[in-house]
Amino acid sequence: MTKMLAFQTLRVVSLEILGSPCNLLANNVYSITKRCSLISLQSQILRPLSSHQHNPKVPKVPTWEPVPEEQLPQPTKIPADLVDKLERLALVDFRTKQGLECLEKAIRFADLLHVVDTSGVEPMDSVLEDRALYLRDDTVTEGDCAEELLKLAKDTVEEYFVAPPGNIPLPKREERAAILRHSEF
Amino acid sequence: MLGLTLKEVSLAFREGRISPTELCRKCLNRIKKTQRLNAYIAVTEEFALKQARQSEARLLQGIPKGPLDGIPFAVKDNFCTANIRTTCASKMLKDYTPPYNATVVQKLLDQGAVLMGKTNMDEFAMGAGSTDGAFGPVRNPWSYAASYRTQAGAASDSDWVITGGSSGGSAAAVASCTSYLALGSDTGGSTRNPGALCGVVALKPTYGLVSRHGLIPLVNSMDVPGIITRSVGDAAITLGVLQGADVRDSTTVPAPSALTELPEDFDVRNICVGIPKEYHAPGLSEETLAQWSRVADLFEKAGARVEQVSLPHTQYSIVCYHVLCHAEVASNMARFDGLEYGHRSEMKSSTEVMYASTRHEGFNDVVRGRILSGNYFLLKQNYQHYFVKAQKVRRLIADDFRHVFGSGIDVLLTPTTLTDAACYHDFTQEDNRTRSAQEDVFTQPANMAGLPAVSVPTGLSQRGLPIGLQLIGPALEDKKLLCVAQWVEQSVGFPSISDCENTQESRKDPGATRREQTSAV
Repeated sequence: MTKMLAFQTLRVVSLEILGSPCNLLANNVYSITKRCSLISLQSQILRPLSSHQHNPKVPKVPTWEPVPEEQLPQPTKIPADLVDKLERLALVDFRTKQGLECLEKAIRFADLLHVVDTSGVEPMDSVLEDRALYLRDDTVTEGDCAEELLKLAKDTVEEYFVAPPGNIPLPKREERAAILRHSEF
Repeated sequence: MLGLTLKEVSLAFREGRISPTELCRKCLNRIKKTQRLNAYIAVTEEFALKQARQSEARLLQGIPKGPLDGIPFAVKDNFCTANIRTTCASKMLKDYTPPYNATVVQKLLDQGAVLMGKTNMDEFAMGAGSTDGAFGPVRNPWSYAASYRTQAGAASDSDWVITGGSSGGSAAAVASCTSYLALGSDTGGSTRNPGALCGVVALKPTYGLVSRHGLIPLVNSMDVPGIITRSVGDAAITLGVLQGADVRDSTTVPAPSALTELPEDFDVRNICVGIPKEYHAPGLSEETLAQWSRVADLFEKAGARVEQVSLPHTQYSIVCYHVLCHAEVASNMARFDGLEYGHRSEMKSSTEVMYASTRHEGFNDVVRGRILSGNYFLLKQNYQHYFVKAQKVRRLIADDFRHVFGSGIDVLLTPTTLTDAACYHDFTQEDNRTRSAQEDVFTQPANMAGLPAVSVPTGLSQRGLPIGLQLIGPALEDKKLLCVAQWVEQSVGFPSISDCENTQESRKDPGATRREQTSAV
């Protein structure tokens, strides 16, 4: 099996060199030996990986240090009304137990950040902060595409997008659950 | 023919060995044959043939537009394409047809390239496996290569491997030879990850070099359109076409120099390669480590200087990315409310109810989970604690890179992924968030600092699947980075997938002549 692998890592510089299509038949020893002439070029790769001398500049073992639990803040438990608030802000619901666990795991993962010392460091908004970016003149160069854009919306009247009545707060949690059950896609 | 590079195909066109319409038909046939990979969401057959005919007319008149004239390409489904459905693999946009082309798509079309279709991906580019889209997961073409099949030992279809994500469809399209180049998007490694797992070259240019206009955004401060090809030379040609400032994207910078082809006289002895020691993360497979060591040896034997360097904050980079990504996602996904475009729920008791139910119906669990945690990090009580803290850590990470590149290192050599491609069954044992945190470990620091990075396939693993290594360069030095990548490509001898193609495919066609079999590959 190792020999098979070895031959399979032959480089084909162009299909023309081999002449015929490269049908690597699993059990056809003949077609494998036909390619022996190319092996000499690739002798380095054919050496089984275990006998390969490891380059000392490449670290042999993982270099990450595990972060001890004591250094992290307490695991955050999310109270039910915070879930509610988040759902109202985000306008997505994720009240299932699995969803909550996922959120708590995400927060726990983010807690690892606090181990890093960032005193005196300015926050970075953009990697292009040191470059002068192009600012164009404040003139109208394109537009007049209202018709095209209105075509994309489901509910329109003349040049208006139609929305259901606003200024009505989102219903309470229990009612929402009932509504959403009906709207299951 | 389908396995050639862009330059070779251009030459074939000029010499009359094949015409753009014939090539287009070949690619379309191949797409039909490889449908089980599920790499494409939409195949633009008529549009492609029309463009191919126009390209052919130009060729006959002797006025091709450039090296990309007549070349089939594919585009990830989060780039807007005029009058062609663009879905981001989500129910939210499943019937959305943009009225405009993304700048990068327009540039390729202006050069005469032929659009084959829109490729499959993770929903809204959130994921590291291309398994969570609304149109199903993408299969890695190497699942059907003899090199994997002989190891797997089974003819069964159930142990296929994933492509990686989120631009899995693009990588699968290029790896299975249905197109010569594909566009992906790279926010945390979404182009390089599938590139490495599918054995193709995947380039993430410097942030700001390629316009994001028309790319449906995930994280505005880290997104970059990515280029996937089968050779580094092809990636360079494509970058030359796509780079440059765009008035429609205010975060673009002018290209430092024109790029048509890579210089022939590149001498690797002038290069100093850095090996960051923190990139041996827990979970790195023995084989990837061996490839890393092997390429470092190749550099040294050829006379380049190789040094171990340190990027001390690497371990926290993934956490920082996690927070910033979720926060920006929460903001960017707010635009999907059902009013102006996309899916709209039938609920109409109030605006808020309509918004909430539209988003419940249109987004999958992954997207909703990220929006929720993003909103958590952006709450007033948490803003300083998480979001601003993450921004500070981001500066530390960018500074790490700056110090290393300022001390004489030209390019960094690291693994791209922890292991070779996992099989679908194993990959889906953990949820999307955990998998992303594991898979993006080596790729997202380059996004955090806005640096160019390229993944080059270097060898096959014991399971017969590709392993790739990543090269990271200083900002705006994409050309030098690609020169080094080309040198690596020429030195490692990675087999093309056609060598390892499953022979059952060709055996099914006993009537085909020898010549037809060659061209089918």
